[in-house]
Amino acid sequence: MLRFSKSKIIFTVGIIVIGLLLAVPSMMSREQRESFQRSLPNWVPSWLIPSRAIVLGLDLQGGSHVLLEVDVPDLMRTQTTQLRDDIRRILRETRVTPQGGIQLTPRGAQIRVPDVADRDRVLPKLRELGQPLGSAILGQGGGRDIEVSVTPEGLIALTYSEGGVNEKVRRAVDQAIEVIRRRIDVTGTTEPSIQRQGADRILVQVPGLQDPQRLKELLGRTAKLEFRLLAQPGAADVDMLPMKEEGGNRVPVERRVIVDGSDLVDAQPAFDSRTNEPIVNFRFNVRGAQRFGQATTEAIGRPLAIVLDNEVISAPTIQSAITGGAGQISGRFTVQQVNDLSVLLRAGALPAKLTIVEERTVGPGLGQDSIEAGKKATYVATIFVVIFMFATYGLFGLFANIALVVHVGLIFGLMSILEATLTLPGIAGIVLTIGTAVDSNVLIYERIREEFKAGRSMVSAIQAGFDRAFATIVDSNSTMAIAAVILFFLGSGPVRGFAVVFILGILTTVLTAVTLTRMMIALWYHWMRPKTLPF
Amino acid sequence: MRLIRLWPDDSRFDFMKFRRFSFPLSALFSVVTVVLLLTVGLNFGIDFKGGTLMELQAKSGQADVGKVRQAADSFGFGEVEVQEFGTAGGISLRFAIQEGGEAAQSAVVQKARDTFGAEYEFQRVETVGPRVSGELVQSGTVGIILAVIAVLFYLWFRFERELAVGAIIGTLHDIVLTLGFFVITRHEFNMTSIAAILTIVGYSLNETVVVFDRTRELMRRYKTMPSVDLLNLSINNTMSRTVMTAVTTALSLLALVLFGGRAIEGFAQVMLYGVVICTYSAICISSPMLIYIGLRGSEATKTVGGKVAPAE
Repeated sequence: MLRFSKSKIIFTVGIIVIGLLLAVPSMMSREQRESFQRSLPNWVPSWLIPSRAIVLGLDLQGGSHVLLEVDVPDLMRTQTTQLRDDIRRILRETRVTPQGGIQLTPRGAQIRVPDVADRDRVLPKLRELGQPLGSAILGQGGGRDIEVSVTPEGLIALTYSEGGVNEKVRRAVDQAIEVIRRRIDVTGTTEPSIQRQGADRILVQVPGLQDPQRLKELLGRTAKLEFRLLAQPGAADVDMLPMKEEGGNRVPVERRVIVDGSDLVDAQPAFDSRTNEPIVNFRFNVRGAQRFGQATTEAIGRPLAIVLDNEVISAPTIQSAITGGAGQISGRFTVQQVNDLSVLLRAGALPAKLTIVEERTVGPGLGQDSIEAGKKATYVATIFVVIFMFATYGLFGLFANIALVVHVGLIFGLMSILEATLTLPGIAGIVLTIGTAVDSNVLIYERIREEFKAGRSMVSAIQAGFDRAFATIVDSNSTMAIAAVILFFLGSGPVRGFAVVFILGILTTVLTAVTLTRMMIALWYHWMRPKTLPF
Repeated sequence: MRLIRLWPDDSRFDFMKFRRFSFPLSALFSVVTVVLLLTVGLNFGIDFKGGTLMELQAKSGQADVGKVRQAADSFGFGEVEVQEFGTAGGISLRFAIQEGGEAAQSAVVQKARDTFGAEYEFQRVETVGPRVSGELVQSGTVGIILAVIAVLFYLWFRFERELAVGAIIGTLHDIVLTLGFFVITRHEFNMTSIAAILTIVGYSLNETVVVFDRTRELMRRYKTMPSVDLLNLSINNTMSRTVMTAVTTALSLLALVLFGGRAIEGFAQVMLYGVVICTYSAICISSPMLIYIGLRGSEATKTVGGKVAPAE
């Protein structure tokens, strides 16, 4: 009855030993791990030696968690402005003049073309502006991103459809992730994590950053650079933009953009050789240099507006044609601002404004304190429970205690191979499972005791105890697991770390409290042939 | 060696008698909690209310709370809660959510860094905008409701309908009284609190399921025993285990309360309270509830018809 075959013992012990070995790297510091790796002889294959340590959450190692959201109205403003330029081009090509120009709507643009012949000429061209939605490969007939509607009075409205907006947002998020990665890389931060979250959000996690303010400044700027001309009096198509040098007074700037930041190939911080003022030196690509050269040739003597995120930073007068494709931006910057600006310009502009919707930053000192406190609580809880179990069940308590220590080790081992993140609530989860893991042992032992008192023999009581308690263990752990799984799916960050520990704890408890304990008891019975229970 | 026994063997205690006290008492506490929830409300943290939380550590080791409060009040960012914690110069500041959408929140952090940066170290800064906090409220509520429903189905599948209903009543009771703990102690209610409540849901069912497993077993063994005796016997039989598990869990939680540090002790306190409530409700609420729901109803039809009779 109470027998454990040799192969079963080897299998159980094997799994436990592997699990515990996987936890070993997490118990060492990074230096210890690396020096251990180096000290290995060459013939040992590297995959054989567990090297992965548990990833610590930002709340334990310190760092910043910033959740950004694409500003959809801002994105659509850019899109509709582009749409207006496209419509204007089509109107020019077809020589149609709409009544009252082109009006922008929140999600598109509209024009009034009362003449039927004109309308027939312009409509097919306008319809071509809409791109088919969905992937070209699948060929989904899911409509177009821009829908064109016409009223009998001749009002033509071009509107981005729901799918069209979603498509634009999706693409903006992809682009933004690339830009953010380039911006953060420059700061030399190790292992930043940048992920899409939901439809319109980006989660940026940067460990061990001392000053999140700089990070936020790098993320919060769109960095859209444009070179335009200050408008002459009476000019049409003019934007009124604030001017930095004149305390934010608005000045008229031509809408036409000569060159923008996408044509930059380099930007470096420097000092002006004459005034010693911090400046940014930049170079254009061939196309940008050509356009810039042409425009400056035509506009000698006029002020050139350097516009960054819809603010005129400076407006130097064009002294001579600039054809070399290089130039400089000045604007009473500090050294830090010049550094940041060149980083932003090199990384490129964000497709739309990003808003910080959530920020959580923990200093490295606090994280270290939390780890120390967590360790202490874990040790104390283990000591409490171990003493109590031994005092109650004697030798069987000792078996349960061995199973308990293995259980905690296995949680660490599993977390290491799954690359799960250990957070502060996760540590709380470990401490809590120390208390609940012995529940399975308690259920079994109490049942064994009951069966023995009812007059069964030792072997039969132990057997019945394990069998009968097992159904209860499954039921009680299942209900716990349901709650933990739901917590995993709805929680984020630290709370999810708690759920992970809890789920793993439930899985390992079956192996340790049931299988391992049973094996120890079977071997003990085999060797000692006891006549009575030790508790 | 003499071993500890926390509960005597072969106890024959009349636990069902307790229902005369426990039912009115729990009903009273539940009603008080609901009234307090509606009138006073929970002390929502920034996860659910939005706003900014900062924890500062005085570089000199000595915090000047009065000065910090005065400076923070003068920012003009509305109501500020300033609290001292620990003994080594820790101060926490809580700003309410700012008008003007998501971007307005970071102005608070900027201002505080400029003002206190020289004398204090910023150990923790958390800012939650209005949209995110709204979503967290939603997912927290949905999570708890989903957990209760999922567990109800599991129990229904594994046990008789009556037992499932009894267990869920006990669990709802535990959720309500835990919320009561939050209202009365003014503990901050945040995402970690949701984790605590869900863990309590798990623990509560764990406790009830152990007793009901025994009830089910005894129902099959003693087909004619009256419900009250049957339930008393189930609880007496499982009592030594109930006490053991409550003690080991409480011991590990106690370690967390004492040594876990500021960020964890709140969670541990709630859980410690939860363990007491869950143990109480498994014995004094869920089980006696079965006397009223009717324990034998389904079992009688089961033995006669050979399968579970349809509802009603």
